[in-house]
Order: sequence, then C-alpha cells, then structure tokens
Amino acid sequence: MAEATVDQSDIMRTADGTPLKVSIGRAMRRNKLIAMGLIAPLLIFILFSFLIPIVDMSLRSVDNSIIPRILPNTIVALETWDGQDLPPEEAFAALAADMTAGRESREIGKVATRLNYEVSGMRGAVMGTSRKISKVKEGPYKEALIKSNKAWGEQDTWLLLKRLSGKYTFGFYLNAVDMKYDVQGDIIAQPDFRQIYVDLFIRTLWMSLLITGMTILLGYPIAHLMATLPLRYSNLLMIMVLLPFWTSLLVRTTAWIVVLQSNGVLNDILVWVGLVADDARPQMVYNQIGTIVAMTHILLPFMVLPLYSVMKTIPPTYMRAARSLGANQFTAFVRVYMPQTVAGIGAGSILVFILAIGYYITPELVGGTSGTLISNQIAYHMQSSLNWSLAAALGAILLGTVVALYFIYNHIVGIDNMKLG
Amino acid sequence: MALPSYAGPGEIVWYYSYRVVCGLIFVFLIMPILVVIPLSFNAVPFFTFTPEMLSFDPAGYSLRWYKDFWNNPQWIHSLQNSFIIAIFSTILSTSLGTLAALGLSKPYTPYKAVIMGLLISPMIVPLIISATGMFFFYTSIGLAQTHLGIILAHTALGTPFVVITVTATLVGFDQSLIRAAQNLGASPPTVFFKIIMPLILPGVISGGLFAFITSFDEVVVVLFLADFDQRTIPLQMFSGLREQISPTILAVATILVLISIALLTTVELLRRRSERLRGMSPQ
Repeated sequence: MAEATVDQSDIMRTADGTPLKVSIGRAMRRNKLIAMGLIAPLLIFILFSFLIPIVDMSLRSVDNSIIPRILPNTIVALETWDGQDLPPEEAFAALAADMTAGRESREIGKVATRLNYEVSGMRGAVMGTSRKISKVKEGPYKEALIKSNKAWGEQDTWLLLKRLSGKYTFGFYLNAVDMKYDVQGDIIAQPDFRQIYVDLFIRTLWMSLLITGMTILLGYPIAHLMATLPLRYSNLLMIMVLLPFWTSLLVRTTAWIVVLQSNGVLNDILVWVGLVADDARPQMVYNQIGTIVAMTHILLPFMVLPLYSVMKTIPPTYMRAARSLGANQFTAFVRVYMPQTVAGIGAGSILVFILAIGYYITPELVGGTSGTLISNQIAYHMQSSLNWSLAAALGAILLGTVVALYFIYNHIVGIDNMKLG
Repeated sequence: MALPSYAGPGEIVWYYSYRVVCGLIFVFLIMPILVVIPLSFNAVPFFTFTPEMLSFDPAGYSLRWYKDFWNNPQWIHSLQNSFIIAIFSTILSTSLGTLAALGLSKPYTPYKAVIMGLLISPMIVPLIISATGMFFFYTSIGLAQTHLGIILAHTALGTPFVVITVTATLVGFDQSLIRAAQNLGASPPTVFFKIIMPLILPGVISGGLFAFITSFDEVVVVLFLADFDQRTIPLQMFSGLREQISPTILAVATILVLISIALLTTVELLRRRSERLRGMSPQ
C-alpha cells in the first residue's frame, strides 16, 4: 500500500494532470490509427482484387463439387453399396434420374468432362447415355443403361463414381505430379505416355537455374566495371543496362526472334563470315536455346542492379591495401573483393530465379516445344484443355515455390531494400 | 580503375581483355534493341537486312510498315486502349501507393513487415497465376472483358512499384518538418500539399512511370481478361508474333523503344535531381 502511494505522487504528469504514460499512449494510438488509415485503402484493394482471387484459384485445385452437385441421388444411392459386383437397381434408377435432370439443366456436360479427366472415353459414355436415357420413362433402368453404353455394366465405372462422391479431392495434385488414383482409390503412377509434369517441373527448375547462372556470369563483370569507373562513364553504361529494362518485353522478344531465326541477322552474319554453310543454318530459336538466350537478356538488368549497388559500397582502398600487402591481383580479387559481393549475388540470384521460374510470354513465343516452362502448361490448361482444376493445382505448386523463395529473399535482403533503377 | 603504373605485362593483357569482354556483354544487352530499328524501315517484308539496305541504297528503305500501322484501325484501336488503360491505372496506383507508403514510413506503424510483404506480392507472384486468379474473380463479378476490369487489375500490378519508390524517397524525409508545419498552424491537407508533396514528388513520379510502363507492357492479364474491344498493343503484338509475323510489328517495336527512351530519360533526370537535393541536405 505504502509503495503505491509513493508511486502516485512521483508519477510524471502533463500540464493538465494526466499521467505522461497515458498521454503518450494516447498520442501513439492516434498516430498508429492515422498510419493504418493511410495504408488501409491500398491494403483492402490488394486484398480483394489480388490476394483473395489467388486463394480462391488455389482452392479450385481441390474442388470436386461437380459430381455431388449434379449427381446427388446417385451419390446417396451408392453410399450403401459395398463395392462388390454391380450396385443395386436403385443406384441405376438414381443415375438415370440425375442424368435426365442434368440434361434438362444442361449441366451434364460438366460431369462428362470431369469423368473424362479420370478415364478417357467417359465423355462419350455420359453424353450418349444421357441422351438415350431421357427417353426411358420406366425401369428396370439397369438393363436400359447397360444397353445404351456398356461402361455402366462395369464395376470400375461405379467405383469411380463412388470415389468422386466427396466434395474435395486431392486428385488434381496427384495428376500434377504424374500420379493418379486407381479404381481401388490407391495412388499409382500415370502411364508412361501421360507422364509430363514432373519432367516439366524439373526442366523449369534447371532452366531457371541456368538462366540465373548466365546472368551472374554476364552481370558480374559489367557491374564491377560500372562500380569502379568514374561516375560520368558509369552513368553512360548504366543507361545501356536500363534501356533494355525499360523496353517492352514484347519488343525484346521480337528482337530476339529477328536476330536468332534461321533467316535472321545472326545466321546471316555467320554465313557471311563463313562459319556455317548456307544450307546448314543452326536452329537457334523456337527451342531451348531461344528461351535461354532471350530470358538471360531480359533478366540481366535484375542481376546487374543489385550487384552494382553492393559493389558501389566497397571502398577501392581495400583492393589497394590487399595489393600492397603482397597479394597478386587474382588473390586480392578472390579473397578480398568477392566475399563482399556475396550479398549482392544472393539478392540478384533469388530475384532472377523467382522471375524466371514463372515466366510465360517469352517461352511461349521463342520456346517452341522444348523450351516451354510450367507456366505455359498452366496457360494451356486454362485456355485450351479447360481443365481449370489441374491448372490451379499446377499453379498452386508454382506459387508455393515462389512464396518460399520470396520469404528467403525478404529474410536476406529485405523487400524495402529492393533497387529499381 | 585506371591501369596502375606498376602493372606488369600480364596485368595489361588482363586489363584490356576484361574491357573487351565487358564491351561484348554491353553489345549483347543493347544490340537486339538497336537491330529492330533499321529493320522496321525495310522496303520488303523480310526480317533481315537486304543487300540494298546494307549498301545504304534509299530504295531499300521505306516507311511502308509505319503507314501500315497508321492505316490499320486494329492497331490504332489497341494503341488507344493501351493509353487509356495505362493512364487510368497509373493514376489509381500512384494515389493508393503513395498514401500507403506515407503510412508505412511513420515510425510506429504496427506489422510493418507483414503489410509490406502483402503489398509487394503482386510483383512477386508469377503473372500467369495472377492472371488466372483475376480471370475467375473478375468473371464472377462481371468485370471481365471490360476496360474497368483491366484497369483495376493493372492497378494492383502497378502499386508495388509506387510503394517501393515512394518508401525509398521517404527514407531521406525529415519527419520533423511535418511537426514544424503543424506547429506553425498548418492543417493536415496543407501539410501534405505544401510540405510533403513537393519533397517526395520525384519518387511519386518515378513510381508512377514504373506503374505506367507495367500496365503499358502487360500481356498476360490482358490475354485472360480482354475481349476484342479491349485489345492492347502488347496483346496485338503477342498474337501477331504467334500467327502471321509481319514487319509492322517491328515498326510498332520501334515506336515502343522511343517511348521507353523518353520514360527512362525522365526517371534518370528525376533520380539525379533528388540525389543532388539529398546531397545538399544536412544528413
């Protein structure tokens, strides 16, 4: 008690008698509110127009609502089926009813497509049967269904329907890594001719690594030159780095097609010099070489800029000191200069790798078939095959990789230290 | 890094070969962009230098691809679309991004790192994923295949650049100037327009230019969200390169290179101005 009274009298107060602590707290809270008020509009905008759509897209990769929604009676009827032989007549009747309803609501096509992802040929079976069964007014439906398509007489078809009765599925992720469920619901590898995604992920990774390595190889010397030259020269060279950075991606990709194609500038020069015969022009675009060259060019500024900003902070006296202590040029460079640039190499590499791994436009235009990356497959499933769930699963895997790398980048470099020109 | 007078012959060789290698890398950087420009004046529909061009025969050059561009309503329509979309999304992302950067630079803002991470994410997430997510979202709210939808999508993609550049400018900003102005009786809007704005303007403008070029150059989102009516220049070039490749694309490319040179010059001048000003300030 006594102690408390002492505290009461000793406490610092503002002019109007409120304790200083309370008053500061109030002022801080007001400042925080103002700061949050300034951030809020953008945060809310990004949340609703960007982050929620991406989460929503990722959820599509596990979504399996089509079958339970369009074939509800069939799913209920199959609940009691033990998976032996063929299901009872009620299941056939339920399927016939669902198909008739689905045909009226014009949604049966979605079921057909969905089942076709699992077993090819199911699209025809579902569409054909739904057309015929809507004319059958009374049972027994078992014979009618099997007569319209013999797929309904096979146990595997019904096991498939039973397996797809849940609202969620992990199947698209399995497809994205070249696996699938078999009829028993066990996980097995896809047949050889359908195994493409693991190879594609590996190709995306090694091509991104190669491109990152190329940008280090090309970016390090010129960043070093710019950092050591007097400012008026280095500013001029900097413009040569920044001009490609500011030039439209499409322009740079077009330029590389013009330069590399078989009747292009580079091949013409090679033929003129006599390095290659006119009828043996090497194919340098619409394949992996095209993608690697064009993407190295496009991503090079992202390596040079962080390297340059790190090298700029290294005093030139360090190298001179090393030389005067007896190191030769090479030793001085490797032992004194390079260790100080590791942070810049790390920052540039992660940035280039993150950008490379998700690249779409350039591989699409100059990659042919051997130089495309995982993004191109995502776009293909979004626009051509319309298997959006598989696109979402592939996208979610890519997104996970990029977010993990982004965390590492943020941890090492700090996103607010990112240099933009 | 001039060659020191005590350099041995090995060092002299190394010194010059290093410069030659650097020169070749700079050629690699700049050559593809420069090659496009003369080829766009080609008189024949080829993508390579004709003998007439190499001998500087005027007959080898023509403006036909520029005329083709100018007389093609599709290209002109996409040029208009590109500018409309880029200008509006720049205005939106610059205002939202500047406000957020001001909030983020206040000393006691809570969860700064998390908020910064979220605000920067549109720049980090691969465009194909952003485009996929936005396609589903904008379709569900009926904004797909409208100009507004693309403007909003590009606004989201452009804001990280504004946030980054304005935050960088605010690092050198003396917060006591705000208190001094308030002390002298300025209202918050007066403080903003008379004190803060003039000081951070270079950062805001370069952020805005980044946002502009992001939108002006963006293809993937447009590819997913645009209908025929919303085609932009990059989309037109993209489909042109995929379908029938015509030298008109080179003429457009040359025009775009000129636009980027103009933008780059502006940003460089602004950066040097603010560096000069910062060099003069007491810190």
